Amino acid sequence: MTTFLNLTLNGLATGAVYAALALSLVIIYQATRLVNFAQPALALVAVYIAYTVSQMTGSYWIGFVAGLLSGLVAGALVERVVIRPIAKSSELNAIIVTLGLLLIVQGGVGMIWGNRQHGFPYAFDYVGRFSPADVFAVASVAVTALLLFGLYQFTPLGLRMRAAAFRPEAARLSGVKVGLMLTAGWAIASLIGALAGMLAGPPFISPNAFDGVFVYGITAAVIGGLDNPFGAVLGGVLIGLGMSYVSGYAGPELATLAALAIVVLVLSVRPDGILSRPAARKV
Amino acid sequence: MTTTSTSSNAVEAPAPPARPRGWRALPSPVRHLLLAALGLAVFTGFLLVTGDLTALRMAAVGYTMLSIAGLQLLVGGSGQVSLGHGAFMMIGAYTTALLVIHMPMLPLAADLLLVVLVAVVAGIAVGAATARLHGPYLAGATLILAVGLPGLAHRYHEVLGGSNGLTIRTAGAPPFLQGVVTNSEWKALVVWTTVLLAMALLATVNSGRLGRRLRAIRDDENAAAMAGIPVGRTKVVAFVIASAAGGLAGGLQAYVLGTITPGSFTLALSLTLIAALVLGGISSMWGALWAGLAVVYLEIWASDATRALNLDRDVENNLPVVVFGVLLILILRFWPLGVHGAVQRLTAPLRKKSAPR
Repeated sequence: MTTFLNLTLNGLATGAVYAALALSLVIIYQATRLVNFAQPALALVAVYIAYTVSQMTGSYWIGFVAGLLSGLVAGALVERVVIRPIAKSSELNAIIVTLGLLLIVQGGVGMIWGNRQHGFPYAFDYVGRFSPADVFAVASVAVTALLLFGLYQFTPLGLRMRAAAFRPEAARLSGVKVGLMLTAGWAIASLIGALAGMLAGPPFISPNAFDGVFVYGITAAVIGGLDNPFGAVLGGVLIGLGMSYVSGYAGPELATLAALAIVVLVLSVRPDGILSRPAARKV
Repeated sequence: MTTTSTSSNAVEAPAPPARPRGWRALPSPVRHLLLAALGLAVFTGFLLVTGDLTALRMAAVGYTMLSIAGLQLLVGGSGQVSLGHGAFMMIGAYTTALLVIHMPMLPLAADLLLVVLVAVVAGIAVGAATARLHGPYLAGATLILAVGLPGLAHRYHEVLGGSNGLTIRTAGAPPFLQGVVTNSEWKALVVWTTVLLAMALLATVNSGRLGRRLRAIRDDENAAAMAGIPVGRTKVVAFVIASAAGGLAGGLQAYVLGTITPGSFTLALSLTLIAALVLGGISSMWGALWAGLAVVYLEIWASDATRALNLDRDVENNLPVVVFGVLLILILRFWPLGVHGAVQRLTAPLRKKSAPR
């Protein structure tokens, strides 16, 4: 029973990280209809900047804030400079461009900071069952999700962002700056991605540190439903728990295959994810 | 058809790229086989003037090209984006290795046929499981397949060799050709013969009824269904063909390299394949050629260049990746149809001159 409890709590903590990354993917998918493969790259930049700043100032939290801010700026920049000119040509091209961006950033980070691992500290003590670090992970992601919900549901900015995402033409006619809203969406998404990076980074960071986390983040977003932020959180928790149970009871090398099994199972029942409404098709 | 051909013969187009008017009249399998034979002849001539190292690199270009051509049929044809193509290459490579180790008496051709068979079965399984998925959902599911499958090699390490993988010894040039071609050149020839035959088959399928159905589904699934095309089945068939091409490519890779490790079938491979496809040009099988060349040679050139520039080690190790990324973005920014699209645009005036009015 204690094993089960341990695995559950562990799964929740890792699931929170996947949920955060899934959230950032879903926000961008809602806004621009593309799966952003550059998300781990943006998180990588944020985490390395956080690392450098905390080395210089000696404070983890100053680095933390610097990381989140650089995530925000990087997201906005990428949307403006790279994505917007190409997104028009075709959906697949836009996805491949984010892939190219991922390569550039990973290589660039390797050039500046080196391919070797750097030690990256936890925010809190990480020893023991459901350690303060785990609590921080779950709590910060939960708070982020709530804030996001509040932003979308109750603020004028959130309303404009939703309008720009779902009815760009109508939104533009009503005076919403659609382009600015897209940039805002990317910035917020990258901020959340940077948070996921801060949580997933420790104990070591390297240019490929987030590849695995990112794959599970996509998986979480897909099984939750790419159109629904709640689905992203649910998917993240599901994947986190499933992988934790399988690696605890059957062996850690099967964890990835467990994720594959979850995806196949969920999508064969609901091809558009658990929480997405089936789209009406127009002929 | 015949009347126009006689009339244009009378006009006579002098430009060399003008093909004989009867060319289009040939049935497409014959046409593609002739093209494949021509390609093989050119490749053999090319091998005669280059060395061993180039032969091995061109062998790598060959199987990469085949793998990407399969992906082209799937992604460019039916519009299903698969990010897990490397998984099928892995299945093919491991099947080849296991066959060579446990059934050494089988000839290579039989091995490769069995590899295709296994890849087809795997393709049916995956294709049927993912047939209802579309767009990013299919991409996500195939992505996790590419990440998860190498885990099998670690799980069943007694059979699959864990992270050290499997090592096989394959026969080089046959005795009567000793001294005429080296082992590497022979392997390159075997690879290219197989690849060109398979690609002729792919091109025939692509220009036939199945290809037309795929493009109809890509453009509008509902309209295709109303026109009587069995959408689900056609999509699965495309997936199966692509995975067969991927599996065969993986088998050829195992044959050339002799070492198969899970580390060579990472997520990066699958993503490189699809990125290279878009880079080369997704709309035509010719794109696969540029893509195969890009995958193999860009990295070699970039690392040669950095070594010549005597750069810092961290920079040297990462420059090829960055160069590939920058090229990808620039090409898609300025030539959305990839290298093949650009080539077509550049040669358009030539072809217009030679085309019949």
